[in-house]
Parts: sequence; C-alpha cells; structure tokens
Amino acid sequence: MLAGKKVFILGERDGVPAPAIEECLKNLDTQIIYKDTACFV
Amino acid sequence: MTTPVVKGASFVITHTPSLVRYGSKPTREINKNKENIEHIQKGLRSFHDAVAYLPNQVFIGNERPDSLKTYERPWTNTHLSNANRFSQSGEITPEVEFYGWLKIADEFQLISLDENFLTNDVKPMLAQHPLIKESDLASLGDGVAHSQIKEKLENSSALPLYVQEDGTEKLIGLVEDGHDEDHVLSAHTMLENLSNKASGIIAMRHALQSFKVCPEDVGYVLGCDEEAVGDRYQRGGGNMAKAIASHTDCTNASGSDIKSFCCAPAHAVAIASSFVKSGFSKEVLIVGGGSLAKLGMKFAGNLAKDMPIIEDQMGAIAILVGQDDGESPKIRTDAFGKHDISAGSSTQAIYQALVSQPLQQLNKKITDIDKYAVEMHNPDVTEPNGNGNVPKGNYRIIGAMAALKGEIDKKDVPFFEDKYGMLGFSPTQGHIASAIPFLGHARDMIMNGEINNAMFIGKGSLFLGKMTTLSDGMSFLIEKNEGGHDDDGS
Repeated sequence: MLAGKKVFILGERDGVPAPAIEECLKNLDTQIIYKDTACFV
Repeated sequence: MTTPVVKGASFVITHTPSLVRYGSKPTREINKNKENIEHIQKGLRSFHDAVAYLPNQVFIGNERPDSLKTYERPWTNTHLSNANRFSQSGEITPEVEFYGWLKIADEFQLISLDENFLTNDVKPMLAQHPLIKESDLASLGDGVAHSQIKEKLENSSALPLYVQEDGTEKLIGLVEDGHDEDHVLSAHTMLENLSNKASGIIAMRHALQSFKVCPEDVGYVLGCDEEAVGDRYQRGGGNMAKAIASHTDCTNASGSDIKSFCCAPAHAVAIASSFVKSGFSKEVLIVGGGSLAKLGMKFAGNLAKDMPIIEDQMGAIAILVGQDDGESPKIRTDAFGKHDISAGSSTQAIYQALVSQPLQQLNKKITDIDKYAVEMHNPDVTEPNGNGNVPKGNYRIIGAMAALKGEIDKKDVPFFEDKYGMLGFSPTQGHIASAIPFLGHARDMIMNGEINNAMFIGKGSLFLGKMTTLSDGMSFLIEKNEGGHDDDGS
C-alpha cells in the first residue's frame, strides 16, 4: 500500500511515537519526508 | 548505609485566572485576535469554584483519587459543598494572596503592586496565612500609587497585572523587565520565573511545616521544574531550588535543578535517594513550582464545550526524602526504572524499561504492585481539546503488558486502570502531572495499610527541545516500611 510513496509521520508521545512508526516502515520502499512526535500535555 | 524514605509530600494549587492571558497559548491567540481576551475572560472561574472542583481537592489531598469515580464527568458540573482551601499539607491559593507571594519572591523589585490593593487586600489576607512570617509582610513594602503604575505602563515594556473583580479585570500592578536589552530577562519571562518561585515557596513551606523534618537537617534541595532561569549568557543556568529554599529555614542547604522535561521529578527522587543513602545529606527536599506558560494551554477546548477554563491555575509540589524513620514508605533504590538511550522509542520498549525491568529485578509481577501512578493529567482538560485521556492510555499499555505476560486475562485489560490505577486529576502542568501527584496519597495509603506499594512512572518529551528525537522516562517504587532501621535491604 505504501510502496513508492512519500510518507509523512506524525506520532504522539502517549500513543505511538514517530520513531516507532518509522521503524515499522524501514523494510518498505517508502521515502520518509517528515517525522515528528507531538506531546499534547 | 540508610534506606531512603518518603517523609512527606505537599501539593499546592495557585488559582490565578488573571494570569491566564500570559500563558503561551492565550498570548499567541490574543495576538492573532484581540477579541480572544474577552472569550477567555468569560470562561474564568471564581476562587470558590476552583476550591469546590473535585480534582483540585484530590490534588491537594483532601479527597482520595477513588472519589473521582463517584461523580460523572465533566467534573466541572460538580461543586463540592464542603470543600476546604487547605489540606493537611497543602492548599489552594487565591489570586490576591498569590500576588503577595509573588512580591515576597521578588528580590529585585521587579513587581510593583498598587498601594491600596496591597494595604486593603493583600496584607490583611496574608496576615491570616499560617505560613506567613513578619519578615514576609515587611518585604511586601508599601506599594506604589496607581498613577505611577499607569505612567510606567505607558512609558516602558512592563506588563500589567490584574485581579478579577465583578467579572472584569482591575489593574493592580505591573512587572518590569530585568534588563533593558536581554529578552531572557524580559518582563514576561520574569513573571514566569517569579510565579514558579512563588508557588514553589508555598509548597516547600507546607512540606517543612507539615511533616517530621527539621529544616536545618535539609542538606540539599533539588529543583525539578521546567523554567530556564538565567540571563542572555546562561539561559537555563538554573538553581531555582536554592532560590526557593532561601525563603525557608533550610539554612544548611545547597541545591541544584534536575532537568528532564516532565519526568524530572522522578529523576529527582532517584538522586535524592542516592544522596540520603550515601549519607551526603540526612534530608533532601525536592521542589517543583508552577508553570505560567501552561496556563490556558487548552482553553479553546473548554470554551468550545461550554466549560470553564480549568487551566486557570498552577500546581506546585514539595517532596521530602530522608533517612529511614521506621514508618515512612521506603524507596526501593534497587529498582529504579530508566529509559536507556539504546532502549528505542516504541511504547513497548519504554514500558519494558520503566515497568517490566525493575520488577524483574525484584522478582515481582506487574500485578504485585497495588497502584501505578502514570501521567495524571486531568481529562476534563485534555478530552474537550481532542487530546484524549492520557492516564487511561498509559494504563491500557501496562494492562496489555500484564496480559502478554499472562498475569491477567486479555479481556481484563480495560479494567486494569480501575484496579491498579486511577482517574487523572492533576493540573496539566508538565512536571507537576508526571506520576508525582499520587505520592502524597500513596504515602498515606501505605502507612494506613490500604496498599502495600506503589510504582511511579514519569515520561519526558525531550524531542520538544529539538536537540534529540529521543524521549525519556524514569520510574521508582515505594513500599511499606516494616520498621527497623538501616537494614540496607532496599
């Protein structure tokens, strides 16, 4: 589904942080163009 | 070596509705649209409402966290009729008194208060306060003429200070820049730092008055707030801890600040425990003042749901860690949890480091802990703003880990919070909400025999400072003191 796509990652500290999402995408043919983890508190 | 124990913990709320306009989010929104100040004004609570608000009563210790379950949310619809502004070891401070504490904290004469406001309102109220000394009242001075305040506001970059009166704002003073050219000492930053200091003084004095600790035995104070005190050459130079302690009788103390965003208090407990266990200091006092920047952080969510702005208040904490007294809960120095650099940032990795690993070291299961304290943010603040229920999410993860280990059934994961946790009740003040709000309750509940132990799990968002993508976390465990001293078995 994400093969060949550019990916924009928004994570959340008390949910799933951005580095964890990035880790899941490592073996896929994707280009991560931006990643950030938000902290809403 | 002696075992460190939790000798006491004090919790303070300073109710400052007129300072909401100076929170980071309200400031930005008012700059975008001046009409926002009127929207904010209409959403502010009275002091009576702040005192009667159940989560505030839980925070200062008058009600147990379990009492939150007995009322429907939002809790802003519930007004406790018998609410007291004081607890055994803390309080909710009204705005007029807070301005007095602000002036007491101000050693460089940056705060000017209207002479009539000072004489007719501040001084009579503070004179009745159990923690105020004659020297405090003297340091308030005589105030300045209202005309002088107006003139200075017209001719300088000073910030006006107001109080709420009959639904409108009344000018009662100002705060000035600490330096002509240094934005790190701007009036706004000075107000942030002095608010932190003033609320920290109240919390520290409560702790020293309420528990069996001699102030002269406190050899070290640790700050755990998130203010960057300093000037243009050393922004964040710090030692707010020592600045606060200079307003108490801890004359034999030095100190320093621990910085790790929200989880600094958990780090501070670990460091304080080490200082006590090594014999470096008989008693260590941890202090964290309030965050003015976070006032009104989620005001739009509350207003959108026709709720009052709950972030009209700052929190402050003071924790006493000292040598074993044979009765206060022990801190397990062999089971601190820390989020190592190599641990990774996945949720599972964080909780493995903070919960599973320290429990494995003690040969304990997740279900062997009676209560877990996590990020205790009040959902009345976060949910209306679309930010979810923070403690609930954290408890679900710990419950899921217990299910993965086969300690509980998978279908019981949603109930983990009810049995091993609690509902959120803390002001959304970063370090203040990070697990620590349960420490006073846990101490009492362990000493009363209601529970045997409790684990505190703090998380810090290091990535917000743009220096690393890493996050941080720290945990500690306290347990019943069976008596007997210096067993070195902690």
